[in-house]
Amino acid sequence: MTDRGKDLVSLFLTFMKIGAFTFGGGYAMIPLIQKEAAGKRGWITEEELLGVVAVAESTPGPIAVNAATYIGERVAGFPGAFLATLGVILPSFVILLAVSYGLRAADGLRAVRYAFLGLKAGVLALMLRALWTMFCKVPKKAASSVLMAAAFLLTAFVRVPAVYVLLGCALAGLVWSLAAERRRKP
Amino acid sequence: MILWELFYSFFLIGAFTFGGGYAMFPLVREQALAHGWLDAAQLVDFVAVSESTPGPFAVNMATYVGAQTAGVPGALCATVGVVLPSFLIILLVARFLRAFRDNRIVRGCMSGLKPAAVGLIASAVLSVALTVFVPDAPALPSLTEPVFWVSAAVFAAAAALLFWKKPHPVAVLGISAALGVAAGYALGL
Repeated sequence: MTDRGKDLVSLFLTFMKIGAFTFGGGYAMIPLIQKEAAGKRGWITEEELLGVVAVAESTPGPIAVNAATYIGERVAGFPGAFLATLGVILPSFVILLAVSYGLRAADGLRAVRYAFLGLKAGVLALMLRALWTMFCKVPKKAASSVLMAAAFLLTAFVRVPAVYVLLGCALAGLVWSLAAERRRKP
Repeated sequence: MILWELFYSFFLIGAFTFGGGYAMFPLVREQALAHGWLDAAQLVDFVAVSESTPGPFAVNMATYVGAQTAGVPGALCATVGVVLPSFLIILLVARFLRAFRDNRIVRGCMSGLKPAAVGLIASAVLSVALTVFVPDAPALPSLTEPVFWVSAAVFAAAAALLFWKKPHPVAVLGISAALGVAAGYALGL
């Protein structure tokens, strides 16, 4: 096999492993990506990976997918990006399809019903914990607090579609920061 | 046309979710309820399943919602939809990564998007809390109902564990499910 062919195969397999062995996605995947793509394979440097994570935060979509696409592109161009991305989502896709059919077959079982009773309450606790962590990371500035409160109130009580809220807040953040920039250097 | 709707909805979700994880939940919730794909209680179940299986939360949620709504083709359309925006955007910015990150327009937009995402998640958490504790809304939960107290006890235990230590989310879900099963059989719910 050519070197390029080998790269493509190992991109696919490495990212499949990353997709199959990390729970929770997002930041949970970064240590494994670091170990596999930066350490073992030397596809990118640790420093570049930190840059990828920062960019992943300012581009839409799951961080794991962003990282896979980026690393694949750098190593082997478009086919690399495609195979790395396919690899990272394939385990999820297969597992969730299986769970979907399994749970449908188990529908009505008392144990499953009880388990989901507990799971619902557990998920609420997990979301609350994640919300708290995110809340603590928001800069303690008037502008941020106003946008956060507005997004909450508009979606919780007025039912404005989330997409409009996000577009409005992005625009407000842009105007706010450009105005602040102008004030700094008159 | 359900396949197109799945693809389009999840494409929008993928394009408007920054930072991944729970940030996408408010959008999934909105789309799934608006199209009548799932009800509020099923959605919370879906989060539990997506959190306790490996892989990115967004991809898990898309595959699961797609599969439950329209089988394998549905799962395929929703998953491709949710991944496509990030795939295309990263391909575009891969070559000038640092310039993109340091761009003033990008930074300005992000300074608004981050707090907005927290506000959206707060509103989604509120709706999940209502689904868990007031399932028959607008009727208030009857305090003699054992289901209410089981939910409250499991929630309190899980929250205490999460704020006290930093256990793995899958461990918390495992404990919650076990408590639910134990309480269910013990009380004959």
